[in-house]
Amino acid sequence: MADSSSSPDASAKIAILPADELETPPLSLGQLTWRRFRRHKMAMFGAVTLILLFLYAFGGSLIFTESFANYTDTPLRLNPPSAAHPFGTDTIGRDVLARTIYGGQISLLIGLLAVLIENLIGILIGAVAGYYGGFIDSLLMRITEAMLNIPEIFLLIVMAKFFGGELPNVLFFGREYSGSVVVIVLIIGLTSWMYLARIVRAQFLSLKENDFVMAARATGTSNFEIIFRHILPNSMAPIVVSATLGVANAILAEAYISFLGLGVQPPTATWGNMLDGANNYLESAPWLWFFPGLLIVLTVLSINFLGDGLRDALDPHSRTM
Amino acid sequence: MGRYIINRLLQGIPLLLFISIILFVLMMNMGDPVATMGGRRVTRASDIERLRRQLGLDKPMYVQYIYWLAGNDWTMTDVDGDGIPETQGTRKGVLRGDFGTSLLNRKPVLEVIGERLPNTLILMVASEVIIILGALLVGIYSALKQYSFMDNLITALMFIGYSMPIFFIALISMYVFAVLFKRWGLPYLPTVGMFDPQEGKTTLQVLWHMVLPVLSISLISFASYSRYIRSTMLEVMNQDYIRTARAKGLPKREVVFIHALKNASLPIVTVVGLDLPLLLGGAVVTERIFAWPGMGRLFLDHIDRADLPVIMGILMLIAVAVVVFQLITDIVYAWLDPRIRYEK
Repeated sequence: MADSSSSPDASAKIAILPADELETPPLSLGQLTWRRFRRHKMAMFGAVTLILLFLYAFGGSLIFTESFANYTDTPLRLNPPSAAHPFGTDTIGRDVLARTIYGGQISLLIGLLAVLIENLIGILIGAVAGYYGGFIDSLLMRITEAMLNIPEIFLLIVMAKFFGGELPNVLFFGREYSGSVVVIVLIIGLTSWMYLARIVRAQFLSLKENDFVMAARATGTSNFEIIFRHILPNSMAPIVVSATLGVANAILAEAYISFLGLGVQPPTATWGNMLDGANNYLESAPWLWFFPGLLIVLTVLSINFLGDGLRDALDPHSRTM
Repeated sequence: MGRYIINRLLQGIPLLLFISIILFVLMMNMGDPVATMGGRRVTRASDIERLRRQLGLDKPMYVQYIYWLAGNDWTMTDVDGDGIPETQGTRKGVLRGDFGTSLLNRKPVLEVIGERLPNTLILMVASEVIIILGALLVGIYSALKQYSFMDNLITALMFIGYSMPIFFIALISMYVFAVLFKRWGLPYLPTVGMFDPQEGKTTLQVLWHMVLPVLSISLISFASYSRYIRSTMLEVMNQDYIRTARAKGLPKREVVFIHALKNASLPIVTVVGLDLPLLLGGAVVTERIFAWPGMGRLFLDHIDRADLPVIMGILMLIAVAVVVFQLITDIVYAWLDPRIRYEK
């Protein structure tokens, strides 16, 4: 955040010198960030693994059709991994490999969409609280605090019950999903915005004292524009980091809630609901829970690596974990 | 200090009220508790009506909330459905310490929770002790050997632990220590319950059954704790007073464990203090997998049957614990660090 607010005058000074007199050409903020990020080995590992996982989930649908993933072949139930079914078959004879592919699409989509909602709520609440201060601030922060006082898993369960029930299927990109996907995205977004709101609020509290905000106000810029055009872009770094890590948390949250049977309802597969009831087959069919579980861990791990690298690259001063 | 504590407690009251309202609203769509009452026998429609009136479920939400909060012994309710309130209410309300009775088994909520609370506590306290001790060892070690091979390895392993859903680690450890060990003819660990019904609830049995759940919980939380300890230790080890202590020739052990750790423990206290109350119910999933009869299982069982008083009781208990532990953390913090003064 300090970089971007000071960069205009920094580049102005450099621009006085002719380009060929400089030992090295000046690097833009993006180039600097990319350079710091590239040096972070674990973050690069995370980025590559993540690309592979996306290829697996979305490219895999070129090999297997969705009807194959949902095709039940009861005589073949609980077959161990074989050439025909590399990850084995589940309790009603569906191919686990194909289901991890289609489940992966849903899990990743849920992760991304939930973070979108989380960011909408978190940024709005944090920005309004930090910018306006006073009564609005204390009201919004009390709400945030109240939400933080209940462990997330309980909130998720209670909200899953609140929004649950009979839901119609939804069509999205020409495919039909269980309506519970929408509900899960919504409740994960609704239960995870609190930390982000606090981060954004802290950013706004310090940034709004800057001269450029006063200048904007003096020229009659509207509050809306000051918030979204002037202050928000300057607090992007921590938001990007938190959003990245948020995807990992959202995927984990989906896994937890689906594992408890309150998440996405079958036949739509997700990595989480493939694990529902897996502990009944702990001994007899370990492939049922091993592969989806492994994919969850890999995804969350690479996103966490990526987020860690992004934090080091974008925001070198704020290292906390 | 005294004034500060009182102030903080007074701030906690509106917060808790606010939480209870949010939760109460969210509870309103949980399902019909009356639908599953009466077991297999078909309950007559008129009985259902009467039951609903007796339980106060026919009232609008805000009235139900007021009854929950302040009781209904100061008012008359209409139980026989003739429109004339004639029955004196008996509930005292949460404000007077009455959390109501479970809709499932008609036992007082506090008794239902009280039966399960110790089971969760032993699991959680054991895990927390292991987490703190282990994380201190690992965190200090990797801080002292920063960027060594072991430090990098530990960091990578911690990231994996941090990224694992607890059920996956639980399933893997169950598979290895129960299924595979059994197959290999080794002594294997039990995977479900708190004790073997044939052996009875002996200390040894409970300890034996605790191993796997405690292992799973510890492995998950261990990661973030040791990362945290590592970074605070690194910060402290770069301070001038550590250099002074070294320069005057103090033994390394003394520098690390007395001079550095004492100061590094401040932020650790915060993390532990804020985490402890969450542990009360944080084991929902663990208890479900290991069939451990604790609060998390209680919560899941009762939310399935829409048992509002018990669910509210559990959640409010946790919320109160969070508020209280935040305050305790602040006080301990001020006590450990004389620079901190709460004046307001």
